[in-house]
Amino acid sequence: MNFDLNDEQRAIKDTARELLASRFKLDKVRELAESGSYDDAIWKEIGGLGWAGIAVPEEHGGQGLGIVELMLLCEEVGYACAPLPLFSSAAAGLVIASAGSDEQRERWLPELSSGQVTAGIPATAPEDDSVMIDADGAAVLAFDRGEGPRLAEPSEVEISGLDLIDRTRRYSQLSGEGGQEIPGEIDWALAAITIAFAGELTGLAQRAMEMAVEYARDREQFGRPIGAYQGVSHACAKMLYDVEEARSLTYYAAWCADAQPESLPLAASMAKARASEAAWDVAAASLQVHGGIAFTWEHDLQFFLKRARVSSGLYGTPRRHRNRVADIAGLGSLEPATA
Amino acid sequence: MDLTLTTSEQAFRDEIRGWLEQNNPGAAPVAGDDAEFEFRRGWQKTMHEAGFAGLSWPEEYGGRGASMIEQSIFNQELALSRAPMPANVLGLVMGGPVVIAHGDTEQKERYLEPILSGEEIWCQGFSEPDSGSDLASLKTRAVKSNGGWRITGQKVWTTYAHEAKWCMLLARTDPESPKHRGITYFIFDMEADGVEVRPLRQITGEAEFNEIFFEDAYVPDENVVGEVGGGWQVAITTLMFERAGLGAAAAISVSNSLDDLIALIRERGLAEDPMVRDRVARLKMGVEALRLGGMRTLTRTMKAGIPGPEGSLGKWEWASVNQELGELAMDVLGPAAAVDGEEWTYRFLRSRANSIEGGTTEVLKNIVAERVLGLPKLR
Ligand SMILES: Cc1cc2nc3c(=O)[nH]c(=O)nc-3n(C[C@H](O)[C@H](O)[C@H](O)COP(=O)(O)OP(=O)(O)OC[C@H]3O[C@@H](n4cnc5c(N)ncnc54)[C@H](O)[C@@H]3O)c2cc1C
Repeated sequence: MNFDLNDEQRAIKDTARELLASRFKLDKVRELAESGSYDDAIWKEIGGLGWAGIAVPEEHGGQGLGIVELMLLCEEVGYACAPLPLFSSAAAGLVIASAGSDEQRERWLPELSSGQVTAGIPATAPEDDSVMIDADGAAVLAFDRGEGPRLAEPSEVEISGLDLIDRTRRYSQLSGEGGQEIPGEIDWALAAITIAFAGELTGLAQRAMEMAVEYARDREQFGRPIGAYQGVSHACAKMLYDVEEARSLTYYAAWCADAQPESLPLAASMAKARASEAAWDVAAASLQVHGGIAFTWEHDLQFFLKRARVSSGLYGTPRRHRNRVADIAGLGSLEPATA
Repeated sequence: MDLTLTTSEQAFRDEIRGWLEQNNPGAAPVAGDDAEFEFRRGWQKTMHEAGFAGLSWPEEYGGRGASMIEQSIFNQELALSRAPMPANVLGLVMGGPVVIAHGDTEQKERYLEPILSGEEIWCQGFSEPDSGSDLASLKTRAVKSNGGWRITGQKVWTTYAHEAKWCMLLARTDPESPKHRGITYFIFDMEADGVEVRPLRQITGEAEFNEIFFEDAYVPDENVVGEVGGGWQVAITTLMFERAGLGAAAAISVSNSLDDLIALIRERGLAEDPMVRDRVARLKMGVEALRLGGMRTLTRTMKAGIPGPEGSLGKWEWASVNQELGELAMDVLGPAAAVDGEEWTYRFLRSRANSIEGGTTEVLKNIVAERVLGLPKLR
């Protein structure tokens, strides 16, 4: 038993942290958020590293690594609050790789994996307005309007932009039923996507916590750093509690997706529910620790706070995931399952 | 990252499982009395004879030299099989490890074996009426007196003092030194003259802990562990073992309790109640986060050799989950919940101590804030 990243995983995470930090300084995040756009040059560079295909099998042009590695990249994207169509392209890649037809795989996976094209994917169920992520500008769209999963090119459906409070990502709504069916079973891919997204939420929470801790060390009131007051320091300690719970459950779920599929449904729901709540709670508490300054448009915490709020409701609200956890834990009609 | 057991870890687990199937004595009789304690002492003897007490202690001291992970597997299996706790928990988890880490050869020879067999029970005489969280302010005095020390003062909340042969005693040997430096760690003989143990009844009705009064009670020099004046370091080691020792097994017993609670909820026809379901889901996530966090801490501890301050997070988490669990059980049981002496009532009441014993949650938050997050101290 070893519950820690191996050297390769650690290197992937560190490299991603460094690269994203240099490409997405908070000024850059702000610039992109305010213009509601992505930076094509940065995507060209990062996409070219094959991040979107990290968990796609090598025979389809991916790197053949696992959901743990993908989740780590997403965690770092969250940490940087990066406006970047990575998650959507990676998620579409997982769906196509695990459930697409041979033809669909050949058509899309090599280009998606190498970042040459991007994909748009759904972020909510059809009954929740079919919110899509990164659909505009995408070469291919995966979606499900309640008739089963489909794959379409943008010309085959209708996309209308959606302005959510989170402007570090592009959202839209989709109508129409064009394209082709995705023939395979997508349960595994959906769980894996949910977990990668929980990784992003964990990264958002981590950064919002670090911002609070740094501020609490520097800001002085009544003649001492505010972090010396327990009202503040205990709030920060609770942030770590939340972040570490989210991380434990998310890493575990990612590992289940790669190595222990029988535990996946429970693990994925626990990860998403916990990480959603952690991201919002930590961001909100971080704002409180900052005081008035973080309520201003000029302050960067808003990007984390808003992305956390919006993201927590995507890929299943925490409430829905907890309902599922309750079922699997033994309150459903099925026999109780263990983790 | 690999959360499965290796082949050898698996073989070890199977060995333990097999042994427990044969030897688990079943639940101990009603909590808190002598009969229960003797039952658990007998159980510890069985464990010891099979070589399972002090598993991770070096072989020369009667252990099996097992790795931390094997120790953790053993504790988990013990909890999973719902076997009772061994009687000498404090000796096994704190006293023994401290003697191994800081004791001299004679002390190791004298004290370790009877800890394992359960023949000599240990208690932890740290807290005092005026020194709880601020342990280093303790006032119990030790005065030099021919070849030893004379102890005068009072300890409180001392679990199992009434059963104990030995007390891990912190006393002030030098009142002139700064408060962390003048403290010495003694292994104190509870049969000595000048010691009186008075039981303290808890809100659960039982008397698990006690007050101890020392009046000029003698302890010889050879019972000092570590340096005279160096007791604070030894105490810190003790507390680290205490928090780390809780780890994985605690997660399993909370998980057992949650399974019991889920069965109870179904029995009461509340499985569809959305409020109940939401609380169960949160508990499930808490229990799993505790288990997984324990595995992460264990991995880290095995690399670093000693437990770090992150262990405080697990202790805090455990207390919080266990208390929420007790509360939900009471809500599920409704008015009948408060029947005195019921199992759930006992668990519910007992859980209120979880956020106090072994370091209060507020103190753990201070440790997390200062030592993990690097926030300034309020001084
Ligand atoms: C069931 C049980 C068994 C125990 N067994 C033993 C034992 O075997 N041996 C032993 O030595 N002790 C034992 N204890 C004692 C335990 O370690 C102490 O109760 C604990 O350390 C707290 O001390 P206190 O009770 O004096 O509370 P205090 O320290 O007086 O605390 C009172 C309140 O103030 C808060 N507080 C104190 N300092 C701070 C601070 N700096 N910042 C924020 N809040 C603060 C606390 O969190 C608490 O809420 C046991 C306690 C219990 C409940």
